[in-house]
Amino acid sequence: MPGLTLGLLSVPVLAGLIGTLAPAFGLDPLAPDGPGLAAFGGMWQWPGLWPAARLSVTSGVGSTLLALVISLGLVAALIGRPGFATVQRLLSPLLSVPHAAAALGLAFLISPSGWIARALSPWATGWTAPPDLLIVNDPAGLALTVGLVAKEMPFLMLMILAALPQTDAARRLTLAASLGYGRLAGFALTVLPGLYAQLRLPVYAVLAYGMTAVEMAMILGPTLPPSLSVQVVHWATEPSLTHRGTAAAAALLQIGLVAGALALWRLAELGVTRSLRHAATTGRRGGLLDRVLLPVVLGLGLTPALALFAGLAGLSVWSVAGLWSFPDALPADLTLATWVRAGPGLWGAGATTLTLAVASTALALGLVLACLEAEHRYGLNPSAGVLWLLYLPLIMPQVAFLPGLQMLALSAGAQGGAVMVASVHLVFVLPYVFLSLAAPYRAWDGRIALQGAALGASPARVFWQLRLPMLLGAVLTAGAVGIAVSVGQYLPTLLIGGGRVETLTTEAVALSSGGNRRVIGAYALLQMALPALGFALALAVPRLIFRNRRGVGLA
Amino acid sequence: MTGLQIDGLTVRHGDTVLVSLTADVAAGAVLTVMGASGSGKSTLLGALIGTLPRGFAMTGRVVLNGVEVTALPTQARKMGILFQDDVLFPHLSVGGNVGFGLPARTPARAARIDAGLAEVGLPGFASRDPATLSGGQRARVALLRTLMAGPQALLLDEPFSRLDADLRAQIRSLVLDRARALGLPTLLVTHDADDARAAAGPVVTPLGQPVKLDQGRTDPTGTDAGTAITPPPSIAP
Repeated sequence: MPGLTLGLLSVPVLAGLIGTLAPAFGLDPLAPDGPGLAAFGGMWQWPGLWPAARLSVTSGVGSTLLALVISLGLVAALIGRPGFATVQRLLSPLLSVPHAAAALGLAFLISPSGWIARALSPWATGWTAPPDLLIVNDPAGLALTVGLVAKEMPFLMLMILAALPQTDAARRLTLAASLGYGRLAGFALTVLPGLYAQLRLPVYAVLAYGMTAVEMAMILGPTLPPSLSVQVVHWATEPSLTHRGTAAAAALLQIGLVAGALALWRLAELGVTRSLRHAATTGRRGGLLDRVLLPVVLGLGLTPALALFAGLAGLSVWSVAGLWSFPDALPADLTLATWVRAGPGLWGAGATTLTLAVASTALALGLVLACLEAEHRYGLNPSAGVLWLLYLPLIMPQVAFLPGLQMLALSAGAQGGAVMVASVHLVFVLPYVFLSLAAPYRAWDGRIALQGAALGASPARVFWQLRLPMLLGAVLTAGAVGIAVSVGQYLPTLLIGGGRVETLTTEAVALSSGGNRRVIGAYALLQMALPALGFALALAVPRLIFRNRRGVGLA
Repeated sequence: MTGLQIDGLTVRHGDTVLVSLTADVAAGAVLTVMGASGSGKSTLLGALIGTLPRGFAMTGRVVLNGVEVTALPTQARKMGILFQDDVLFPHLSVGGNVGFGLPARTPARAARIDAGLAEVGLPGFASRDPATLSGGQRARVALLRTLMAGPQALLLDEPFSRLDADLRAQIRSLVLDRARALGLPTLLVTHDADDARAAAGPVVTPLGQPVKLDQGRTDPTGTDAGTAITPPPSIAP
């Protein structure tokens, strides 16, 4: 079962990769010049190549660095303090916001006609009409970087919180404090080295995602030229198919950029490790560091959460706004006209989205539970290589294997079907479901199983009647994570569905260039509501079922 | 042949012999195994119920009522066990816990469960949340659950050590009386001499050596009714 599952993850990625890259070398029946390097020539001729490649590196590395440092700082500042629980509670709702909805919300917030500009106008800025400023889609990709930080921070925070119990953080921090070390210094010197070892793969996934994000770059990133990944998608989806070679060559360049950035990141890790080791022997306590940096960290840490919530509130207001002229902070009247008008489209896309999400998540849950149960029954110990395979679909740039997978599906005559789209969603849903469920599953009290067996229960009965009910909360949470991941999928849905499978996400991104804020708001809001509903159910159902069972640990 | 026969059972971990025991526990009799922590008591229980971790090498036979169970999986051995903690299933009601032990297709399940609860002094407790029970009540539920499964032997893994002193004697006599009444061969693992005295049977270490209790009437050479202890002829140094 674990073998089958890993195959399901890695075969589509590797096959898609080959399918994507073959056209780069002219190994494609449609290539005009036969095998060769002509496709690379086409890529080099594109004048936007250098800015696009640079943008991929700056926005990806910059957002990862910022998100990682702020997350670590926030955790260091809050461990063992009352605010920690609040942050933990905020994580799930923030995580469940799809990338597209987050980007759209942020765009509404910071654009020249957004809420921030309205709040400051006209009394502070003197603007009576939206100023002609390129804040969203700025050429340097700053809006994109901010959006990536806001969306990746909750994920990194969750990974840090999951790894923290194994680092003995609270005791080490207390010990460091008793030796006179400041909070940040104590955290960096005693907790971080062990913590980062477990954080490495998630960080690599964030870095690879940040460098190759498509839908966030479409909404927040520059347009002329766009980021490299967005340009690859433009080339790969051109109806004439004449640019497939160019797209493949650029995808190869994108992989090279990601690999190079990962290698540089690894070098930087070694450098930081060395300097931390050195710092630990200097005896400096870093008290000043706390006074200067702690307020900064707290401020920076809360800003993304506030920005996301404000942006999403903005989306909601736009979806029911009547007349709303600049610089009014709120619309003059509220109306459901947008929802009524967009109703049929919303309903259809919503139903498709939900069907895809439920199908891929149910399959992923089944496979993950089977893997974990097999691991338990047969005493299997997954190796580090297995973890890398699990992360393969998250680290490999989507633009590098999805176009190839699309071509394979096309030649197999299977393109465009919802079933194909759901199977590709599974490739992305499964790793997240596994990461979410593995820790609670393995932490389950083994004596319960022993007691069950001593009472004559078969392993199957122990699984169905003891383990699964006791882990209901964790299983439903993993399911909600899976739903959120599937709902958020843009590129797989667009490419594998051949543009014919319309979900809330593909529609919201497609609408984003049009500028009808009311309709965008409605789509983004519903896109956000589905995962939120999943998480709400995951919280409520176990509490309802076990309302008279105080001994059941509720996550 | 009835009762529990432990026939030349040895368990090694590397070069260390943890268990070396030959014993014949008749129906209704109690064999007590004493020893300091780390002396192989839990290894012996693991060998008896079939949950030895990898790395432990076991030889010898375990025969229960004439059936060799040495190679059977835990759930097929018909050996009931009470752990140090009661290990009640937190997601099931008290009745659900007891019912988990009751074999499938037992007629009048609910009535059986209610009657069983009344017998152990917990009438009308079936719908209660186990988390709301006291330590003594939880121990009674755990005992009833184990007995409901119809075991042919009873293993006790220090099940009284977490209870307060007065409660402890009460639960101990409840468990031992029940086991005797049902004619179950019983193996009690403990580090408490009072437990051993109350069991009123032979006392050995996991390596089969007789244990002299400081006082009391236990005869460690094993001439108590129905139980005979033969230390294995050779124990690897």
